[in-house]
Amino acid sequence: MNETAQAEPGFFAEEMTISVGPQHPSTHGVLRFVVKTDGEVINEAIPDVGYLHRSIEKIGEKVTYHGYVPYTDRADYLAAMFANQAFCLAAEKLAKTEVTRRGEFCRVIACELNRIASHLISVGTFGQDIGAMTPFVHALRERETINNLMEEICGARLTYNYIRIGGVGYDILPETCTRIVEFLDHFEPIVDEFNRLLSGNKIFIERLAGVAVVTKEEAFSYNLVGPNLRGSGVKWDIRRDIPYSIYPELEFDVPIGTAHVGKLGDSFDRYWVRIREMQESCKILRQCLKMMPKGPAIAKVPRKFRPPAGECYARVEAPRGDMGFYVVSDGSEYPYRVRIRTGSFAAMSIIDKLSKGIMVADLIALIGSLDVDAPEIDR
Amino acid sequence: MEAKDIYAALEKQFPGKVSEFKGEVLEPYLSVDGASIVEICRYLRDSAGLNFAVLSDLTALDWPKEEKIQVVYHLFSYSHNHQIVLKVDLPRANPKIATVEGVWKVANWFEREVYDLFGVIFEGHSDLRRIMLPEDWVGYPLRKDYVEEEEYDGISTQRAPLVEKLLR
Repeated sequence: MNETAQAEPGFFAEEMTISVGPQHPSTHGVLRFVVKTDGEVINEAIPDVGYLHRSIEKIGEKVTYHGYVPYTDRADYLAAMFANQAFCLAAEKLAKTEVTRRGEFCRVIACELNRIASHLISVGTFGQDIGAMTPFVHALRERETINNLMEEICGARLTYNYIRIGGVGYDILPETCTRIVEFLDHFEPIVDEFNRLLSGNKIFIERLAGVAVVTKEEAFSYNLVGPNLRGSGVKWDIRRDIPYSIYPELEFDVPIGTAHVGKLGDSFDRYWVRIREMQESCKILRQCLKMMPKGPAIAKVPRKFRPPAGECYARVEAPRGDMGFYVVSDGSEYPYRVRIRTGSFAAMSIIDKLSKGIMVADLIALIGSLDVDAPEIDR
Repeated sequence: MEAKDIYAALEKQFPGKVSEFKGEVLEPYLSVDGASIVEICRYLRDSAGLNFAVLSDLTALDWPKEEKIQVVYHLFSYSHNHQIVLKVDLPRANPKIATVEGVWKVANWFEREVYDLFGVIFEGHSDLRRIMLPEDWVGYPLRKDYVEEEEYDGISTQRAPLVEKLLR
């Protein structure tokens, strides 16, 4: 029994256990927390995951390399393009397949559009969790345009199956390129509008500043990646530091936490990194559209794709950070093992620690700021 | 640091504990002795010049023919931008290894997942429960010889062939 429980006889003050989720709007998918509270203060929040486990890794052992690409979409359906790319990178590395140059550009364009869409969902729902409904609607409106563009590019709005081994499924047409530029012209001012509406909002800032601070050491130990890691002040981006695709040729900044409203590594810093990443993605898109060469979108890859025996770990910078595909080949048509390492899985493991002693409302801010995504946790 | 230098450093610190080194492959790896995995990991994390601050990934591979389960550690260093893979061979019948939770906190969840899907016991783990599957699930699905039970909790796990379904 703790002190408060003993304080007043007859006063009901024992620890209360509440189940948050699995069906709760702020849990971003289907995940559950067993929260033990003392009034408004959380003693412990134990994450309970697995509701969306679809055994994508096991499926990988049963289908061919080409056939597995659509399954990778489902690993993180808010950022399907990145799982496509990570798996294809791994397969290409194993088989030493070259990707055509135009294919690389198509990949980067599709990925960066997808990153903006994913971050829009992230910051939009984050605002909604905190109680700001309007920005969510604005964010989704913009995302709708991106979904339309994606539909033009590859025919799908969420689960793309666009990036294939050796390149991309379809070339990006010149008309689509024009529409992407139109979108960028429209979207860049919207980010400023979004900042006026949400990022500069006093209530929003006070809900987040100094909440759930993650230090650099903790971020390393819990293996936080992507915007969560950069929010803690680590200037690290796979696109810049372990370059893949055509990223070395492109110019972009890596935004990190600035602590301008609270402490370094608090919930606001993680949010603020995402906002600026969207702007960086716009920069990348403009450069790609200018530099895009002519040529085939996909290389000639044999139907029966049999990489030599070996193993490979490919990582890409997804919106939720370092997404790694560890693919082991035994020389046959089917992967021997596919392991998907995702940012959200590791980020979930820190929630237990950070939730000790914070308010119930701050737990929601914490989950939102880490941008965990249930399909990506469970796979 | 190159993989062969990391190997040399480890071999010097722990003579005889590194049984194999493959440097000429896509992902250079070291096969290490399972009994001293915690000391090796702590050394790799703390020693200057190595600084593997991050456990990128921890997973396992099942090799039924060789009668072994391999636990695979992907380590990464932000300060030096280098990486290495550690592999530990465990007997398939009774896979047991010490937890590295004390070295990297994230190992807690990774090891729970490997326990859940491969049945590897991590000794000294603070909370070794199934993570993806329900507590009463039978078997370890990512093992190669796993056969699904016909039903779970009264729910059939089998799917009737499509033709049969249509004829019904």
